[in-house]
Amino acid sequence: MRFLLRRAAFYLFTAWAAITINFFLPRMMKGDPISAYLARNQGEVSPEAIESLRILFGLNTDRPLGQQYLDYWGVLLSGDLGRSLSKGLAPVTAIVADALPWTIGLVGVATIISFLLGTSVGTFVGWRRGSAAEFVVPAATFLATVPYFWLGLIMIALFSTTLGWFPASHAFDKTVHPEPTWEFVASVIHHGTLPALTIVVTSLGGWILGMRNMMITVLDEDYITVAQAKGLSPRRVMVGYAARNAVLPQLSSFALALGFIVGGTLIMEMIFSYPGVGLRLFEATLAKDYPLMQGIFLVITLSVLVANILADIAHAALDPRTRQEAT
Amino acid sequence: MTTVTAANATMEPTEPTPERRGFAEAFAMFRNGKSIVGLVILGVFAILALLGPWIAPYDPNAIGLEARNSPPDAAHWLGTTHLGQDILSQIIIGTRDVMFVGFGAGLLGTLLAVVVGVTSGYIRGAGSEILSALANVFLVIPGLPLIIIITSNFDDPNMLLIAIVLAITGWAWGARVLRSQTMSLRNRDFIQAARANGEPLWRIIAVEMLPNLMAVIASSFVGTVTAAILTQTTLAFVGITPITQWNWGTILFWAQSLNAFPDKWWWYLPAGLCIALVGMALALLNFGIDEYVNPRLRSAGKRARALRRRGFTQADATVVAPEAKR
Repeated sequence: MRFLLRRAAFYLFTAWAAITINFFLPRMMKGDPISAYLARNQGEVSPEAIESLRILFGLNTDRPLGQQYLDYWGVLLSGDLGRSLSKGLAPVTAIVADALPWTIGLVGVATIISFLLGTSVGTFVGWRRGSAAEFVVPAATFLATVPYFWLGLIMIALFSTTLGWFPASHAFDKTVHPEPTWEFVASVIHHGTLPALTIVVTSLGGWILGMRNMMITVLDEDYITVAQAKGLSPRRVMVGYAARNAVLPQLSSFALALGFIVGGTLIMEMIFSYPGVGLRLFEATLAKDYPLMQGIFLVITLSVLVANILADIAHAALDPRTRQEAT
Repeated sequence: MTTVTAANATMEPTEPTPERRGFAEAFAMFRNGKSIVGLVILGVFAILALLGPWIAPYDPNAIGLEARNSPPDAAHWLGTTHLGQDILSQIIIGTRDVMFVGFGAGLLGTLLAVVVGVTSGYIRGAGSEILSALANVFLVIPGLPLIIIITSNFDDPNMLLIAIVLAITGWAWGARVLRSQTMSLRNRDFIQAARANGEPLWRIIAVEMLPNLMAVIASSFVGTVTAAILTQTTLAFVGITPITQWNWGTILFWAQSLNAFPDKWWWYLPAGLCIALVGMALALLNFGIDEYVNPRLRSAGKRARALRRRGFTQADATVVAPEAKR
């Protein structure tokens, strides 16, 4: 119980810190794109929208900083992230709500595949230490150090431009309507294969190496020798005794790697014109659309937090020591 | 980027048993084949970074209309761009920025990590918890979106600024590992003895503790440099840093925007391979450090091979066992 409370306190603190960073970012920046935009588009923006933009982006300098901060929280808690300057003043929340499912789908599927595949290969390579399987190690290292945007471009050049197997951009065919039909699902899978494959290939190496190293460390433990001496099948020792313990640090690094995974996916979305939050963030950066940038950053951070909580729960479920340590 | 975290992650559960070490032994982690290969590759790139303008055969911006879009030949070893610019020269000149940002961010980030990590590991109570929470917050906040937002606010972000931003977003992992290492060191006999002798705090930390933390510090440095180089080339490729300043990311930016993919392979392959090669070198260094910290990784392959030479395999061990039980 104390463990849960501690973790909950930490996540609340992190969420608070992320929101506070978001409060200070526009206030530290030079220039004032919001005022300039509002001056150019006078009369087209509703007074309420102007007011919330002023609060979110620090234009209400007539009030003391503490009051600005409280106002900021008030606006956020009412579910208002401001209006996008580059998308015809559409609410930022609506834009993010459209984009987020694509990103979560792409990151989620690609990451799970990569984690499962990499951990299995790592288990095997670690188990067969010193054998020919060791040659996986340099290959995995190379894949893990290749820049993902570069690999993505080469994937497009190879599988899309040259071979024509997969489309190079967008999440589904323009001719297909986004309805829950098989045609639509097939189109989404067809379009998602290449970006997902790129993410899997570039992130696989890390999982393989991490799992292999943990397996080698765990295989020296006495309980492995005991398990083998008891005459358990090699498969059972490998999976039930060695891998089960070796996978725990993988889960922790999985939680920590999430920030990186999200970063990698942002670049994937830019390259593949995939309509997720990464592409929207990129467009917002080019258009200097600060409200959209801030909103997306906040949503990404909170999503990573949620994923961290899930990884924490998985870790606690698999490792009784985590639960005990805290009590 | 996940390699770095995954490889580092193995260090936490298998803490080395630190004894009192001097500074001479503190660098023993680099005395193995993998680390040396890594250091040699990095050394070559460091020379290119330092002497680039004198080594590069052409001016990277010089337009040569007689040889446009040409594949590699004797005059242009890596071919030319659409304007006849020499790609080899662009790569050589671009090395300096990559190395400067990578190692600059690595140094700054490691310094931050050491200060925060060792302090929060050595002191007790609320101060320690607050510093630790700070590191954890920075770990969770996704770096790349934050970097993109910060740098896009500058019209002309220079490389020092980028290195600083990368250091600020990249120090937390090292601080976290250093904190747990320092906490386990704090209660060792030789530290207790130093404290009982009345040695000043700075001396305990600098002379007694730091040599024992060198492997962790080095590994966190290598991790920060790897992440910084990847992020910086990514930023340049996306076009957020100035597209007129040569580095490997800028070359790829131009290659992509001028449709070099897929046919003009000489334009986009070398720059990407250079990034991967530097990444490989850093990963090799990290492996060397990992094997030094965790001796099981070092001897695992050797012992398994030795067993096999004597006619045992891992499967044998389990096949033999049931008979032994009978």
